[in-house]
Amino acid sequence: MASATVTEEAPVSPTASKPSGKRGLDRRPGLSRKLPYLLLAPAVLLELLIHIVPMLVGIWMSFVKLTRAFIANWAAAPSAGLNNYRVAVDFDGAVGQGLLKSFGVTIAFSLITLALAWGLGMAAAVALQPPFRGRSVVRTLFLVPYALPAYAGILTWNFMLQRDTGAVNHILVENLGLSTDRPFWLIGGNALVSLITVAVWKLWPFAFLTLMAGLQSIPRDIYEAAAVDGAGTVRQWRNITLPALRPVNLVLVLVLFLWTFSDFNTPYVLFGTAQPPAGDLITFHIYNASFLTWNFGSGAAMSVLLLIFLMIVTGAYLIITGRRSRRA
Amino acid sequence: MRDTGGFKVYRAVVLTVLGLFVLLPLYVMVTSSLKPLSDVQGAFTWWPSNLTLDPFTDMWKTVPLARYFVNSTIVSVAATVCSVAIAILAAFAVSRFRFRGRTVFTTTVLSTQMFPGVLFLLPLFLIFVNITNSTGLQLVGTRLGLIITYLTFSLPFSIWMLAGYFDSIPRELDEAALVDGCGPIGALFRVVLPAARPGVIAVAIYSFMTAWGEVLFASVMTTEANRTLSVGLRQYSTQTNIYWNQIMAAALVVSIPVVIGFLLAQRHFVAGMTAGAVK
Repeated sequence: MASATVTEEAPVSPTASKPSGKRGLDRRPGLSRKLPYLLLAPAVLLELLIHIVPMLVGIWMSFVKLTRAFIANWAAAPSAGLNNYRVAVDFDGAVGQGLLKSFGVTIAFSLITLALAWGLGMAAAVALQPPFRGRSVVRTLFLVPYALPAYAGILTWNFMLQRDTGAVNHILVENLGLSTDRPFWLIGGNALVSLITVAVWKLWPFAFLTLMAGLQSIPRDIYEAAAVDGAGTVRQWRNITLPALRPVNLVLVLVLFLWTFSDFNTPYVLFGTAQPPAGDLITFHIYNASFLTWNFGSGAAMSVLLLIFLMIVTGAYLIITGRRSRRA
Repeated sequence: MRDTGGFKVYRAVVLTVLGLFVLLPLYVMVTSSLKPLSDVQGAFTWWPSNLTLDPFTDMWKTVPLARYFVNSTIVSVAATVCSVAIAILAAFAVSRFRFRGRTVFTTTVLSTQMFPGVLFLLPLFLIFVNITNSTGLQLVGTRLGLIITYLTFSLPFSIWMLAGYFDSIPRELDEAALVDGCGPIGALFRVVLPAARPGVIAVAIYSFMTAWGEVLFASVMTTEANRTLSVGLRQYSTQTNIYWNQIMAAALVVSIPVVIGFLLAQRHFVAGMTAGAVK
């Protein structure tokens, strides 16, 4: 990082008047003051158009009675005050009850999925750490679920989870004899188990990929030294691997949680438009609540509540783990 | 920990269990795509009773799969090219310049990553309708609307990853380029970009996969003419029949481009993740 001397010798900036801590390209006067903004302009414009402005509109929507009648002329929708929010958090009413239940299902879904995806990823990353014949083949195979388009993988699971024609019941009932009747997997109480299985199948390779990359950065001789000192496999993992992976894990756990909590594809492709109550994930719940009742103001209010929840979780997590941002 | 007997047993167990978990759906996908319709409508069998390639030819007729394929390709390639180009410029600015608003930019862009899509689905739809009404530029139900939407989906992660990658390239190289008479943009294209090639490949794959696999916006923002594969594959379920063998054949075929691309460039992807996401 000590490039100050090089900078001093650079003859390209004849008017290098600011002897600040800036280096290299940053020291060129005139053009370079505007240049970063020019470079950022396309990204900023698109982020505004697709993310920021829609979010602001979404917040506005949550305060109006935006029903089907006002879709064509949505600016004319009458104000609803805080009513959309009041209905959403009225846990005695039908809307609030549905939202609360879906929230509970989603919490359970994302925590279990996160734990399983991380656990499998870690188990595989540790198993694949020392070289062996066929390692790269196994590694490639493990990444396939992540590489497949979401709908292709989930549609296959949908087929496998069919009660009468699916592979899962065939294995459980015919091959293993674990059950005499054929359970339903896509409706009823098992829906959450199905959701978690599919989500873990799709997501664990990402944890594996990230943890494997993290493991590569741990010097091998630390393990050798520990082995000489008599530390067993489990102790090496606890005292060397886990602490060394801490920075990786902090990011990974947060990302996995945010992804699973906001998962829409899995319930949408797995269940179609009629989600079973046991698998009623919150994003899908909001989508259905908005489009089935055509009350977009109410859906928007639920979305804002969801966003506030995610921001609180993220903020708390970042404060607890002491990592505000990559370059704060 | 390394090559002791206990570890070998552990490894064998982990690889077997996870191998089966990963392979089962892939096996079902491939074998079911080779079954006649009567096979997939009856009880599951491990092996086709009548090995047939018909699903692979029939699937193009049951639904206009070729059209969906073309739509997905156009949308994904365009979104990838634009996203990578825009991310390169933004990441270069973030990595090489200290300017006012830099932290605000990185924080805002990164935090958009955590917003669930449903949150801005409807507002975006309404904004697109308004743009069309006021400028005549058709965004809903066209490929352009999807391209613009998708390229922003991968943008935050791409900028973050590339900025991390650019950071790892010594600034002395920029200096050398400046000495040789390049401007800042010249330094980007002649020095930084070639050195960051694995990172660029990684974000390109990521962008393509994001666009190729997107479901929610595709189902709301498309009409029959510009429908993409993610929505098109659902059309194999009709009132009377679900053509599971053709669905599996189609799923297999649409997966091939992304899986091959991903696996070929897997090392770059891992390297890019390490540079951008892990450090």
